[in-house]
Amino acid sequence: MTRTAMRHPGLNLGPAHADAEDTREEMIFGFWVFMMSDFVIFGLLFATYVVMLGGTAGGPGPHELFEMKSVFIETLILLTSSFTFGMASLALKYREDTKPLVIWLIVTLLLGVAFIAYELKDFHTMFGKGGVPSRSGFISAFFSLVPLHGLHVLAACIWLIALLGQIAVHGLDSFVKTGLLRLAILWHFLDIVWICIFSLVYLGGLT
Amino acid sequence: MSRRALSKKRELSDEEAKELVAERRGYVWGLLAALVLTLIPFGLVAYAEIEPLTLYGSIAACAIVQIVVHFRFFLHITLARNKREDLQLILFTLLILTIMGGGTLWILFNLYYRMMPGMIP
Repeated sequence: MTRTAMRHPGLNLGPAHADAEDTREEMIFGFWVFMMSDFVIFGLLFATYVVMLGGTAGGPGPHELFEMKSVFIETLILLTSSFTFGMASLALKYREDTKPLVIWLIVTLLLGVAFIAYELKDFHTMFGKGGVPSRSGFISAFFSLVPLHGLHVLAACIWLIALLGQIAVHGLDSFVKTGLLRLAILWHFLDIVWICIFSLVYLGGLT
Repeated sequence: MSRRALSKKRELSDEEAKELVAERRGYVWGLLAALVLTLIPFGLVAYAEIEPLTLYGSIAACAIVQIVVHFRFFLHITLARNKREDLQLILFTLLILTIMGGGTLWILFNLYYRMMPGMIP
């Protein structure tokens, strides 16, 4: 095996990007620790959601509120965006020009925005069916868990726009590279949280 | 100007070229595996007529395998020695989650069972 030695989670840039690699390793590990603490928050909100499953207070339940088709589309969008971010990471590692990198990042950004739009449309439909957060404990728990993931995706999109700006202004210096690697970790991590959401909340609820 | 310079691709050594192929293949395999593991549970819920308990089990199994796939192919968490820290952190987080999440479920469902049977879904 002649693979690059792995120094941190996510794609490692390897010897061709040796500038500031030690700092990068530390910063990305720090971000990884943050990601794991975020994981605990999501895990506890999942526990809260399961505890509140029975608390519909006579209001609409999962079967009335959730639609499988739009959840399926959201899942595919997010999964594809994870893949396109992977392609962007490869472009960062192996290409000198920024063009393929920027194209893949913009595709990822558009997919992220499409995901948020679909999710908002979903929430709007839920509101229309009387599924407002104040209706019951079950719906409150739903709206503390799923939109928190949506907010993370929104934050990641804003971060991505900021990084695109930095690429335009500074080019690919080592700070921008570190930022891209950390955002990649966040993006892939959000996809993992979404797997838990669609399995437990949506598919579990629709069973 | 050579073709390579025109495409502005960084001059890759043979080793790097091999690594690129391997890494790209990793992402493609990750995408395909995740796609299959997404289609199975959605298909089961939409079309299959099986008992709820078996269904919950299959959904959970697909989700866990897909999470491992994401960690392995997208986040590059492997069992290689120098990456042990990252993996250890995941395992520690899982331990914390088991204690806190599992404890929450245990206590509250016990409470429901004793005081509010209507809350048990």
